[in-house]
Amino acid sequence: MYDVAIIGAGVTGCSIARELSRYNLKTILIEKDNDVANGTTKANSAIIHAGYDPVPGTLKAKLNVAGNAMFDKITEELDVPFKRVGTLVVAFCEEEMEEVRRLYEQGVDYNVPDIQVLDKEALLEMEPNLSDEVVGALYAPSGGIIGPWELAIALAENAVDNGVELKLNAEVKDIKKLDEGYEIVTASGNVKTKYVINAAGLYSDKIHNMVSTPTFEIIPTRGEYHLFDKSEGDKVSRVIFQAPSKISKGVVVLPTIHGNLLVGPNAEAIEDRQGIETTREALDFVAKQGSKSVKELNFGNVITSFAGLRSKTPENDFIIEESADAKNFINVAAIDSPGLSAAPAIAEYTVEILKELMGELEENKDFNPIRRPHINFIELSDEEKAELIKKDPRYGRVICRCESITEGEIVDIIHRSVGATTVDGIKRRARAGMGRCQGGFCAPRVMEIIARELNKDITEVVKDRNGSYILTGPTKEN
Amino acid sequence: MKSREMICIVCPVGCHLTVHEDTTAESGYRVEGNQCPRGAVYGVKEVTNPTRVVTSTVKIKNGLLPRLPVKTDGDIPKELIDECMKVINSVEVEAPIKVGDVIISNVLDTGVDIIASRSM
Amino acid sequence: MMLNYDIVVIGGGPAGLAAAIEAHKNGAENILVLERDRELGGILQQCIHNGFGLHVFKEELTGPEYAERFIQELKDMNIEYKLDTMVLDINEDKLITAINTTDGLIHIQAKAIVLAMGCRERTRGAIHIPGTRPAGVMTAGTAQRFVNMEGYMVGKKVVILGSGDIGLIMARRMTLEGAKVEAVVELMPYSGGLTRNIVQCLEDFNIPLLLSHTIINIEGRDRVEGVTIAKVDENRKPIPGTEKHFECDTVLLSVGLIPENELSKNVGIKINRITGGPDVNESMETSIEGIFACGNVVHVHDLVDWVTEESTRAGRNAARYVLGQLKSEDNIVEIKPGKGIRYIVPQTARLSNVEDKLLLYMRVDDIYENMKMVIKVDGKELRSIKKRHVAPGEMESVNILKKQLDEFEDIKEITVELVEEE
Repeated sequence: MYDVAIIGAGVTGCSIARELSRYNLKTILIEKDNDVANGTTKANSAIIHAGYDPVPGTLKAKLNVAGNAMFDKITEELDVPFKRVGTLVVAFCEEEMEEVRRLYEQGVDYNVPDIQVLDKEALLEMEPNLSDEVVGALYAPSGGIIGPWELAIALAENAVDNGVELKLNAEVKDIKKLDEGYEIVTASGNVKTKYVINAAGLYSDKIHNMVSTPTFEIIPTRGEYHLFDKSEGDKVSRVIFQAPSKISKGVVVLPTIHGNLLVGPNAEAIEDRQGIETTREALDFVAKQGSKSVKELNFGNVITSFAGLRSKTPENDFIIEESADAKNFINVAAIDSPGLSAAPAIAEYTVEILKELMGELEENKDFNPIRRPHINFIELSDEEKAELIKKDPRYGRVICRCESITEGEIVDIIHRSVGATTVDGIKRRARAGMGRCQGGFCAPRVMEIIARELNKDITEVVKDRNGSYILTGPTKEN
Repeated sequence: MKSREMICIVCPVGCHLTVHEDTTAESGYRVEGNQCPRGAVYGVKEVTNPTRVVTSTVKIKNGLLPRLPVKTDGDIPKELIDECMKVINSVEVEAPIKVGDVIISNVLDTGVDIIASRSM
Repeated sequence: MMLNYDIVVIGGGPAGLAAAIEAHKNGAENILVLERDRELGGILQQCIHNGFGLHVFKEELTGPEYAERFIQELKDMNIEYKLDTMVLDINEDKLITAINTTDGLIHIQAKAIVLAMGCRERTRGAIHIPGTRPAGVMTAGTAQRFVNMEGYMVGKKVVILGSGDIGLIMARRMTLEGAKVEAVVELMPYSGGLTRNIVQCLEDFNIPLLLSHTIINIEGRDRVEGVTIAKVDENRKPIPGTEKHFECDTVLLSVGLIPENELSKNVGIKINRITGGPDVNESMETSIEGIFACGNVVHVHDLVDWVTEESTRAGRNAARYVLGQLKSEDNIVEIKPGKGIRYIVPQTARLSNVEDKLLLYMRVDDIYENMKMVIKVDGKELRSIKKRHVAPGEMESVNILKKQLDEFEDIKEITVELVEEE
């Protein structure tokens, strides 16, 4: 019997798993897919919001500012790339400037650090590539950018290293109430547990309804993005929001943590919880809307477009509480924006709820918050590079030439405790195939390495989820 | 066949040829639409005896790669391409191989060999 | 480790091989070729079809055969090369940083560098096809490597987007290996590939070529399950009501090549907006003295024979540079594309370095019939060449004899334009 089972290994579930690994608990993290961070976490704006935006009195308002403040420590402990580049909410007319000033007042109320209102001149000095139409902006220096899936993977890895069990490929089919606790029926065996934390993202209402009458409904809301080549990466240095107007919430233009440029998203409520296809209309809308903020965006340099789904509810707030009619079953649901920014605070808040139910928890004396750092070969000095290749020659072989990722790095991320098993898993952890050729040159080599290291046939290596096979078999066999 | 249309591939101009049956002509055919004499020769050949070079790979053991590129050492009749592929797919060779080595001699009695198109 | 060479060639494909060999023939001694792959020959090793070498060898060779002739010549000359070696950086003093598994990190000081890194394929993102992002969408070149070199099939039912030569060649290859190619879809009203490939790769196998069509949606959550295609209007916009659905498990993309110039950009070489490659002069020298470039890194060629020709010039001039035979000159002649011409390589010339002739490579901007190509020197017609048929997919070349240029004084500009023939 487990003490706690967390359903869903997105950034929320992984944050809670790591927070729980500070205590002597038997914890299991259950994920339907073959990798962590495979849903909403892998396709969003990758922003750590400063926190001036949420409606007063909401959990979002409380946990966003708190979560934001925790990122310096957590990203340092876990070796996750994170930069407080600052965020700007840009206004294009006086009406929008009023909104900017309202957000400023609200941000002051929420204790968002160092925010200020900028006039046009100050704004353009900061961001010379912004449109000439801008009139001013709200500047929040504490806002930042991060690699969201890298954060979730690091959290999961650190949790596992501190004793949490990770169960992949385990879609939850049913949950039975036991006399004490629950039995979770999954695609790969049953799990008995005293407490359940429902962090199932887009499916959190379905999971909840397995043990309770429906109390909330997730509306999958699709957002589409353009990702640009690094050649466009220095168009802006900060996250550029557009002031919300009656017509539109606006799209964001931002540098990504790895130096690309990201433009998006739109927001479209859809029915399909797997509906991550992009559409011509939305991509065109995003392109047009993004071009409003920044001059001369060259869409010829887009290297990929993608869509992600957010778990929205009409109430527009996080749901973090014990289910009314399922004892010891805690929902952590409706985590849409600013869910990523709030994630560390959500984890603490959830563990507080657990403590109320379980009583004081015994600390895990062996808890080690530090994750073994990733080697990022290309960022090392020449001396360090030479030294490393001498120690392990596999660091002397570049596999992904666009991002300069070596075989040594790929082998390392396959063999970590939450290691990569798929081509996209490698891409998310080491950026191989993330560059301008989008894996054209390195995919065959990456597949070869996965097959060799995991002792598989190369035809069994998948791109992403199970079923996303790449090769159909050897030639000359029919 | 009374007449057939085709695009000439002798040079990049790509003339649209029409090849008519014509008992009065020496070859038995008359070609229209060609802008040079080579087009006429091509047109007649395409309707009388179209031939192609086939390139593919064969399995190879102990090579740098698991497949060795091969080609027919001359044209074979177009209708034999499928059969030729079956023969190519059925063989396996062992490294080392030199470019030009005969892999299958006189494939399908065409008088044409399948040869290695690289060393390995 | 610190090494010294007279000439370092970056890239061991057809361009790099020809440049290194020609540099050696012209008296350069200390030459090193750096290749990132496991063997020399570059992309030719996966182009197992024939049709290479008609101009250089006057016979039809396959890609690997063409490559092997150069590799053999390079080895016979004892020119040094390093495989599995990635250049991380070059600087303007021509100091190269590279790594491999045996030497570790190496610094190489060169007197001259020849850039011959080739090109890469445009991807799905660059052409903005909406839909899902399943496995089974792949560039034609990646598929070609899997099928021809690694020996694996990438699908059973295939739709190919783009009718450039790689797309056409892969339609035949996939068919010969047992796949069903449903269609080749081409955005433009004409194919970018050679007519001979349309006949021998598509018509021979009854594969439809859908001109003025494009893929407007890709379906399938994990693996491709189908595509929707539509006819496009003259502005290349899909026409509503013309949608057709194809069931398939694979989409191969042959939608263009992009010169791979990250190293060139980092060192500050001037890149041409249209070619995507460095601006070069008559000696194939870039904006940085002593750094030369040739092949697909400069502009995308359609025949490897032209890559070889261009690269021999780069190699010869790199040798002349090292031997102090290239002259710097104040008068730089600009070579500019006129009406109907998209670009011309080289972009500039120093006439004192032109030996017997100045060779210009260019591409036209559309398909034209019955034109003449007019070469002008400072606005005066030098000569014109009749062209019955020109197309953007077929590179044109023009030779200008040195002695003709010698009849002019202080030349500022050479232009080439297309004019309708009366």
